[in-house]
Amino acid sequence: MRYIPNSPGERRSMLADIGLEQIEDLFDQIPEQLKLREAIGIGDPMSEPDLLDYFRALAARNRTEYQTFLGAGAYSHYIPVIIDSLISRAEFFTAYTPYQPELSQGTLQYTFEFQTMICQLTGMEVANASLYDGSTAVAEAVLMANRVTRRSKFVVADTVHPQYREVVSAYTRNLGLTIHTVGHGEAGTIDPTSLGIDRDTAAVVVQSPNFFGCVEDLAAISEAAHEAGALLVVAISEPMSLGILKPPGACGADIVAGETQSFGIPLSYGGPYCGLFATLDKYVRQMPGRLVGEAQDGEGRRGYVLTLSTREQHIRREKATSNICTNQGLFALMATVYLSTMGKRGVQEVARQNLQKAHYAAAQISKIPGFELMFGAPFFNEFVVRTPQPADQVIIGLLDKQIIGGIGLERFYPKLNDAMLVCVTETAKKEAIDRLVSALA
Amino acid sequence: MSKTRIKKATTHVVQNEGLLFEESRPGRIGYSIPRLDVPEESEQRLLDPRLLRDDDLDGMPELSEVDVIRHFTRLSTWNYCIDHGLYPLGSCTMKYNPRINEKVARIEGFANLHPLTPPALAQGALEIVFRIEQCLAQITGLPAVTSQPAAGAQGEMTGLMMIRAALTDRGNPRKKVLIPDSAHGTNPASAVICGYSVETVPSRSDGLTDLDELRRHMSEDVAAFMLTNPNTLGKFERNIREICQIVHELGGFVYMDGANMNALAGVAKPASFGIDVMHLNLHKTFSTPHGGGGPGAGPVAVTAELEPYLPFPRVERDEGGDFRLDFDRPKSVGRVRAYVGNFGVLVRALAYILTHGDPGLREATETAVLNANYIAEHLKETYDVPYPGRVMHEVVFSDKRQIKYGVRNADISKRLIDYGFYPPTMSFPLIVSGALMVEPTETEGREELDLFIDAMKSIAAEAAENAEQLKQAPLTTKVGRLDEVAAARKPVLRWRPGAGSSRTGSNSA
Repeated sequence: MRYIPNSPGERRSMLADIGLEQIEDLFDQIPEQLKLREAIGIGDPMSEPDLLDYFRALAARNRTEYQTFLGAGAYSHYIPVIIDSLISRAEFFTAYTPYQPELSQGTLQYTFEFQTMICQLTGMEVANASLYDGSTAVAEAVLMANRVTRRSKFVVADTVHPQYREVVSAYTRNLGLTIHTVGHGEAGTIDPTSLGIDRDTAAVVVQSPNFFGCVEDLAAISEAAHEAGALLVVAISEPMSLGILKPPGACGADIVAGETQSFGIPLSYGGPYCGLFATLDKYVRQMPGRLVGEAQDGEGRRGYVLTLSTREQHIRREKATSNICTNQGLFALMATVYLSTMGKRGVQEVARQNLQKAHYAAAQISKIPGFELMFGAPFFNEFVVRTPQPADQVIIGLLDKQIIGGIGLERFYPKLNDAMLVCVTETAKKEAIDRLVSALA
Repeated sequence: MSKTRIKKATTHVVQNEGLLFEESRPGRIGYSIPRLDVPEESEQRLLDPRLLRDDDLDGMPELSEVDVIRHFTRLSTWNYCIDHGLYPLGSCTMKYNPRINEKVARIEGFANLHPLTPPALAQGALEIVFRIEQCLAQITGLPAVTSQPAAGAQGEMTGLMMIRAALTDRGNPRKKVLIPDSAHGTNPASAVICGYSVETVPSRSDGLTDLDELRRHMSEDVAAFMLTNPNTLGKFERNIREICQIVHELGGFVYMDGANMNALAGVAKPASFGIDVMHLNLHKTFSTPHGGGGPGAGPVAVTAELEPYLPFPRVERDEGGDFRLDFDRPKSVGRVRAYVGNFGVLVRALAYILTHGDPGLREATETAVLNANYIAEHLKETYDVPYPGRVMHEVVFSDKRQIKYGVRNADISKRLIDYGFYPPTMSFPLIVSGALMVEPTETEGREELDLFIDAMKSIAAEAAENAEQLKQAPLTTKVGRLDEVAAARKPVLRWRPGAGSSRTGSNSA
């Protein structure tokens, strides 16, 4: 085994050093009847070239050469080359979580930078070092709102990503929290005046842009929530929208929870991604997850440390704010490098192109007889098209032309069997959009 | 302080670097994307101006590509990493991260695959999920595995959710989860999310589960006993079958925390212990990179009885050999994460498992245990070993012999930094005062272990000779010991525009 430096001879001599004759003696704590007497059953080791061939053959069965218009929480954006160069540095990817700050200043400083940029983008006061992904970040936001308000009812818009809602449901099921799902109106957004909020409501949970791509009226929802003493939790699955849209922090959000996959993280069939979590200073001690803060050493030099860890499981155990242990370090680094490389102007430019291209595509598709936009609310880079036949059939029809035209919404919303969610980002060339349009026509 | 004893490391100049926001200069550009190729509409027409951002992304940096490369390269040099050498964090299993695994995870057919791609066009990805779940079932001996949980702690939560669902089906979800006093902090925190209260079971003087105490705590109110095996002292719970029997007799489940599976893979299958559910940390035993704190993955393996409760969707194979996603799981605990899981981590772990095969997995386990015992043997005269005797993959020392000089585990750890090593896990498990928990893993050669042993001995000598100086360590890093108390009292958790670029953090040299 090439990953084990010591030769069999060296191992024998080390064994002798500790007074044992054979390797088997090392395991004398394990009762005989519990020891494995045969091979595991996986088979012989694979050589490096064979392994490469095996995975290349599997990868070839994933048809990534299709032109896709898939979004729904995972977005195809251009990933600058330098991200992979930088995250491939062993000092980043083979380091552990930064327990010893003197040997982890690189990780700690980029995490501080990540926290800062999440605050800047979302308009919030404080952000953590990241969570697993958007779905679990939203579930953690719900648990936090319960801690802050000591109320147990949640009003959740049905326009929040359906899989995020499933995760929220799994996390809250055993805690006596109740979820009231509120439906969307004709415009594709929820109606701030009929949310069913009462004095037991801990939080209103909405997503913007929502699962249909529509921008919700966060300011009005915030007002309705706050009037009843409830918090506003805003989920974000497409953070690129923050390059152009008013941030939730400027609309009254108390917690922003979401996904940063759009910032330079490969699609990778759904993970790993990197969840973002931001809130207001007054709630910082109720936050889940790691936080990095500025500190000074004895000579007054600036450095960074993990801080406020009395919220966390390794200190507080059953009284912790979450069971989460670490964060998504390397993927938070990807997002940090992405945002540094694109910078202020790049993020604005990508957001502008997404807005323009999606609207161009929506306008072209709407011109096809039988097709129309299902919702009237403003959108960013995703929109729902009403299809003349069931959407799933339309999508299957496009596959012959090597196009994955979108996602049929019936599986998420049984009544919407004629609805196709289409996403257009800056990576879709005009020619590809036009090809989709002519394939649909 | 004498530096002549330090063999592994030499001090070296590192570059200073401010925060991104301090390095930013207006007008610098680091990106390159094609021009917009569709006719442009007025933004105000497409979006209600009320919805538009009006702060011009204030504070976001403006940097050139070179600035970005230099910034993060400089930061990287301030980190220690496994590629620098031994990273002896106990219970963290810091082993070499094979480069071939990185290469295969980046193949375009994986990296560019959208999670909602129709299954017919994602057969390769589904096969990988199926195959890794199959391999993990073989390694644990348990028949069914979900690879959806994103981390070990999420795996614990998922496993306990399944136990709760099964008990609820039997008529009563019960109230409590029992946890040994040596357990990881995630265990109690995960139990609470599943609606359980936590009761701690004290360990015996030899560090193992006290069967009498377990019997005393066990009742029909107990949903599960959570046990790490080998435990956090590196000891194998030799009474594990009896433990399972005690818990099962009163209708409870046994949850095994698989954080320490690097001591068992290929040597024993946990199913034979009688446990019901366990999670595996792919970023530990199966070498996927820790990445400075994530991502990991925490698949969960269960008995046939618990199989119906696994999260959905499940990857299933049809008779024709095609893979599909099965959402029709009426008893499932639901979904704990969007999409299928941390797929990229699963690819790497599968590459690790296939590279090793049956003999390699066993060889890795044997060597990991050998290395831990080698360190234990050579340091037992120098450092207190609160639970003596043979260990599995890790060994716990304490600072008991150094305390008389006023030297604590933190001082020993910080001095190890000057000697070129990352310190062991400190102050855990909680049942050991001044703990130093060392896990070398199989990917360390004898000379690296010997250097570590030498360093630890040398530090023990320094403790006796010059404790006051030792307590100033580390002396060779970019920053010295940071004031964590002050940092928590007045938290500064972000940079703010106008905070200035006081380079107080830079070495003045």
